[in-house]
Amino acid sequence: MTDLPTSPFPALLVGLPFLLATLSLFFSSKGKAVVGLIGSFLTALLAIVAFVEVTQQGTVIHILGGWEPPLGILLRMDSLAAVFIGMTALVGVFISLYARGYFRAQEDSSEGFPLFWPLWLFLWAGLNGLFLSNDLFNLFVTIEVIGICAVALAVLSGKKAALFAGLRYLLAAITGSMAYLFGVALIYGSTGTLDLALLGQVLEPGPTTTFALLVITPGLMIKMAGFPFHFWLPPAHSSAPAPVSALLSALVVKGAFYILLRLWTEVFGVSLTFAAGQLIGVAGAVAVIWGSWQAFMQTSLKLIVAHSSVAQLGYLLLVFPLLVLAPGVTADSADWLSPAWTAGVYQVIAHAFAKASFFLSAGIIIMAMGHDRIESFRDLAARMPMTVMAIGLAGVSLIGLPPSGGFMAKWNLLQGIFLSGQWWWAPAVLGGSLLTASYVFMLMRLAFAPARKKEPLRPVPFRLQVFALLLALGSFLIILPAESLIQFLESSQIFGSGIESIVEGGVYGND
Amino acid sequence: MEAYKIYSLTSAVLFVIGIGGIFIARHFIKKIIATIIMGGGVFLCFVSFAERDALNFADPVPHAMVITGIVVAVASAAFALALARRIYQLTGEESFTKDQ
Repeated sequence: MTDLPTSPFPALLVGLPFLLATLSLFFSSKGKAVVGLIGSFLTALLAIVAFVEVTQQGTVIHILGGWEPPLGILLRMDSLAAVFIGMTALVGVFISLYARGYFRAQEDSSEGFPLFWPLWLFLWAGLNGLFLSNDLFNLFVTIEVIGICAVALAVLSGKKAALFAGLRYLLAAITGSMAYLFGVALIYGSTGTLDLALLGQVLEPGPTTTFALLVITPGLMIKMAGFPFHFWLPPAHSSAPAPVSALLSALVVKGAFYILLRLWTEVFGVSLTFAAGQLIGVAGAVAVIWGSWQAFMQTSLKLIVAHSSVAQLGYLLLVFPLLVLAPGVTADSADWLSPAWTAGVYQVIAHAFAKASFFLSAGIIIMAMGHDRIESFRDLAARMPMTVMAIGLAGVSLIGLPPSGGFMAKWNLLQGIFLSGQWWWAPAVLGGSLLTASYVFMLMRLAFAPARKKEPLRPVPFRLQVFALLLALGSFLIILPAESLIQFLESSQIFGSGIESIVEGGVYGND
Repeated sequence: MEAYKIYSLTSAVLFVIGIGGIFIARHFIKKIIATIIMGGGVFLCFVSFAERDALNFADPVPHAMVITGIVVAVASAAFALALARRIYQLTGEESFTKDQ
């Protein structure tokens, strides 16, 4: 592990946003926004430079302060981490730009929320730290940083509904991370190490490992709002200010998915059984159908978008049953592993862009109409064409129609499902797309329908609409580098060995 | 029974009590206390594993983790209490109702 090339970027990616967030606390309201915006640009720039470095050098590491693990912390940036950090940077910088305009337009009504900026930079540092972590305990600390910042952002408005939703979110987050930490304690107790790569080699199947898997997986599912632990997500995401909803839905829940993917592929390889995979798959399938159906039944835009997040996160859970081999299948023919997990990563990226755009558009509509009840959407296409177009494009990506990033994700997922012979997941994927289409088309139908009486619209800054539209376009543009991106992901040697350990583990688990 | 086994079993019991409390209790403060009990179980589990392999000194890594974990748990609990207090000031409510 320590013979990999060393780079200062992993430390800077965590340190810089932390430093700027702390610094911004000393400024006035206006100064906070300026520091926050500059900090967002710097962090995004750093992330892009680090991404390029990983494409050239392969996995890079950084040992903080020269203290070797296990007492010190080793940060590792491989291709999977680089892709997640790059996604956070791209989506994050657009949300920052939007947030500046959004809060500025509301400064008069004392809704400037200057504390958004330090919290967002702390959150960004936590996300980068999570993606770079190489040991189980560091993952715990970073996900706690993310959780606390996320709840603080969600209750920013201080309104009654937001406070209730925030407390519910916080209690769910604490429960999830404590369950995760209990699993970490069990793993440390049985192996004496926390290093992800090392654990993949030394972890042996047995009752302790099974129990650790049984507390860690639900714990992380609570954090990523996987069915049946999704109850906290719709109220928390829909009652927050628009830029915060976008951050929470696009980036925060992906952190827990990232840990789950890393653990299932790198660490738990040897102890996964077919049944565990099927169980998490059922949760995913139910989430896809139930979340989409709930979204279809809602009457306000933000609740539609929030329930749609539950469904889209269900697709991510559907990846896990494919990572375990069905009984009787040999490891040689496991050619679906690569489409399956790259589908997961693509779904994360496509959903991040599309959902951020969707929530930002919802914010624009609330700013213009004063509310987001969908019965007032009539004739919106003529009056706010850019925003309706952004919603339409984001919706197309969520449905998974070509040529969007969502199509890429769902196509790869279906490919993995059929190649693996686990065809019973296919109806959930297709049915979910159909239900998604029904609520997106319902919104479009209303937007294009003629209105009898028009509510007056308040003016919305033009650039807000541009940022929302650019994010929606982003969910299409990400299909262009798809091939090289997937090759880049597969080049990660550490992750590759993780996949091999799944293949071996799958066979073991089914004996 | 060896000492660390007693601690390990106690930690599991505390963890389960905590989880049960979070789901069963309705009052905010009771829910927050339940998360603290859950955390106590986890930390006890870590500490009990520090005595392993007949070493004649305790493994320092679990202690380092428990100290960090306690800091994180205190911060979360304080934040949850602040939220509960604010909700009480605004609405006078002390527990979740069906429609929230």
